[in-house]
Amino acid sequence: MSAMRQIARGEAQQKGRGISASTTLIDPQARRRSRTMGILLILIGLAIYLFFVRTSEAGLTTAFGLNPGRQTAAMEVPDLVLPVLPSLYFMAIASICIGVFQLARGWGRAEGSMLGLVALFLTMAFLTWAGKGKSLNLIGILETTLQRATPIALAALSGVLCERSGIVNIAIEGMMLTAAATSALVGSLTHSIWIGLIASLLMAGLLGLLLAVLSVRFKVNQVISGTAINILATGVTSYVSARYMQPNQALNNPGKFPNLPIPLLSRIPVLGPIFFETNILVYLMLFLLVLIHVMLYYTRWGLRTRAIGEHPHAAATLGIDVIRMRYTNVALGGMVAGLGGAFLVLGSVPRFDELMTAGKGFIGLAALIFGKWNPFGAFGASLIFGFTDTLQAKLQILEVPIPSQFMRMLPYLITMVVLAGVVGRAQAPAAEGQPYEKQ
Amino acid sequence: MPELLTSRDTAPPADPDDSSRSHRLWAAIKVPLLAIITALLLSGLLVVVTDTRVYEAFGQSFAAGVRESVRVLLVTYGALFEGSIGNPASMIRALAAWIGGDGSQMSLAFYPLSESLVTATPYILVGLAVALGFRAGMFNIGAEGQYVIGGLASVFVGYSLKGLPTLIHLPLMLLAGVVGGGLWGAIPGLLRATTGAHEVINTIMMNYIAFSLSDWLLNGPMKREGFRPITPEIQPGAVLPSLFPPPIRFHAGFFLALACAALVYWLLFRTTTGFSLRTVGANPHAARYAGINIVGSMVLAMFLSGGLAGLAAATDISGLLRYMPNAFSAGYGFDSIALALLGRSHPVGVVLAALLFGFLRAGASRMQSVARVPVDIISILQAMVIVFIAAPEIIRYIYRLRTDHEAVAREAAL
Repeated sequence: MSAMRQIARGEAQQKGRGISASTTLIDPQARRRSRTMGILLILIGLAIYLFFVRTSEAGLTTAFGLNPGRQTAAMEVPDLVLPVLPSLYFMAIASICIGVFQLARGWGRAEGSMLGLVALFLTMAFLTWAGKGKSLNLIGILETTLQRATPIALAALSGVLCERSGIVNIAIEGMMLTAAATSALVGSLTHSIWIGLIASLLMAGLLGLLLAVLSVRFKVNQVISGTAINILATGVTSYVSARYMQPNQALNNPGKFPNLPIPLLSRIPVLGPIFFETNILVYLMLFLLVLIHVMLYYTRWGLRTRAIGEHPHAAATLGIDVIRMRYTNVALGGMVAGLGGAFLVLGSVPRFDELMTAGKGFIGLAALIFGKWNPFGAFGASLIFGFTDTLQAKLQILEVPIPSQFMRMLPYLITMVVLAGVVGRAQAPAAEGQPYEKQ
Repeated sequence: MPELLTSRDTAPPADPDDSSRSHRLWAAIKVPLLAIITALLLSGLLVVVTDTRVYEAFGQSFAAGVRESVRVLLVTYGALFEGSIGNPASMIRALAAWIGGDGSQMSLAFYPLSESLVTATPYILVGLAVALGFRAGMFNIGAEGQYVIGGLASVFVGYSLKGLPTLIHLPLMLLAGVVGGGLWGAIPGLLRATTGAHEVINTIMMNYIAFSLSDWLLNGPMKREGFRPITPEIQPGAVLPSLFPPPIRFHAGFFLALACAALVYWLLFRTTTGFSLRTVGANPHAARYAGINIVGSMVLAMFLSGGLAGLAAATDISGLLRYMPNAFSAGYGFDSIALALLGRSHPVGVVLAALLFGFLRAGASRMQSVARVPVDIISILQAMVIVFIAAPEIIRYIYRLRTDHEAVAREAAL
């Protein structure tokens, strides 16, 4: 695969990310990267010490609430009370030790999990520091995180379907926006949230087909066709909203999917209220996440999808209908994005507002890259983005002396760092963005 | 990727044969022109089918329905025309009075036209920004963020330096816009050239970083006294001169934008630097083989591209607003891509496209108040134009155009 990739890719792009992950020889780039990561881990540890330990007074505690602040089926659990200074010291020293070991020996395959662990330390250190002397409802934060991560994760999963088959989908934002408007309008007209949901999925699927027609049939540059769809979606939804939904609010009141606690599972403390006491759209997202992962890596369809995204000509010589697969996958991707758009209306505030997606489709794209084009990676990245989004709202309440705008920048900065290959490497499907020509 | 956009239309080479030249010109503008016409027709159709009065009229009789449809269309496009150019009758009357020595009607009659040119000014600059990037093979989708950063840099120079004469202060403020936007654009360029990270994603990310940064600055360090998140007013020395008395907002920025278009043309097609940029854009392999500095070219292209977007913000602040508000950009990110495509990444084409968009945008607000058609119809129209320009086969198919033999030969050679 490695050799084929190098041939398929332009020389300009090869520099810096052309070397396949399967390279077993010690190449200087991998060494440099693992060294950078070690230094980064130590820096995180030092940052915990400098910014959090040095500014905390001795003897304080932070109480993390582990029960949701509402009526719930879950069993009650006592609050988690952490002494501030000892916990912070522990997390700082642990991060530094992990970093030193990375520099000295290297964690090898465990590199990713160690990075995740240190990131967890950093966030916990931050929360402990921010909530010192007070109590912080951890479950509340995590609950909101999952809710905010859901549309982002669906956008990212849509990206997985499209980009793994070689089509860049910049239009996720537009698809979500269209689906949101459709679900509100059709849901209100038919007085059925289910019909609203189905209509929005179909509409977003149609936009996916349009993207596929433009990029596969007419071989339009995929970023341009995506941009055109985004502008079209902005225009059409705002037009329909201004013409029908604003003058007549009855057309913008579709109702909302109720929370549907899953028996037994929702009784689990901590996890229950977060994952098993929410609405059906979140369950659908979690189901799709697992489904797409299994489909992509364990079925014939998945193997073919990955093949046409990496080397369509090789796939075609083995008898795969590249064009047809790209059509279906992009249309399916559109529908997944549409589910994300429908969630914004039917799963949270049951009304449509102009431009209500506010860049969530693009954040999903970032999550896709951050998650290295894998379903679970993308979901993890979405959770991080959802978490920073939740935090910046909480920070204002906690009166933390960090402007919330900087928290909001964080996901984008992280994405750029990941994309630049400083920490790990984001490897796009090789044939992404290139129109397929039959030979 | 962007080589697809530009290689079909290199600048028309100096051709002594006159008829061949006009033929080439027609070949170049045929598709954009038909794309605009088709998009206008289709959005007219959309206006008609979303109008309840039309359905009521069709309920009475077919003829009444057709009459109502035509009436709706005339009102809509009439309002668009009057809003963007003006009422021809009152313009002629004002001109006649002016010749007779009475200039009082002039500003009212020519107000719509001047507003269109005011709207077109930033469009010219952001369109040039994206077009320059396309030519150099860089897809700058982040004109919006560069516009915001350029605005922040220029407004800061505009209000913080005091007591400077216009001759120094104004150029300094505009330059700050160029440098601010340029550096913001150069970062993704550098990342692309050195790490291969794609500039499409990075410019999108940097848009959001720019929005948050501006949100913080305008609510904190750069906020003026009071409640509103806006910057202090710029010093009188940093104001671009207005050319007419008050209700008319037309300012010297329009000519600045035209000068930039000329400059970009000169840079791209008459200098060695421009040649290198275009070579990198058309074929990076060949460029490397020819010894062109690819990293330098990519960074320079993105710096200039971002600089043009930053200059757009600087002229908007210096010529119109005099301060910077929080929600500053008005969808320039996507509009600029449409402009570059419609103008076929050629400075002259971009200026024409920007004038068209300026007229449409300025006219749309009157269309909304008179014909009650939401302004968003303009976005729909723009999207259709992009689709038709990017996929000319659709236009060729609709109008049964014969495929251009030269174009076929050129595409076959690709």
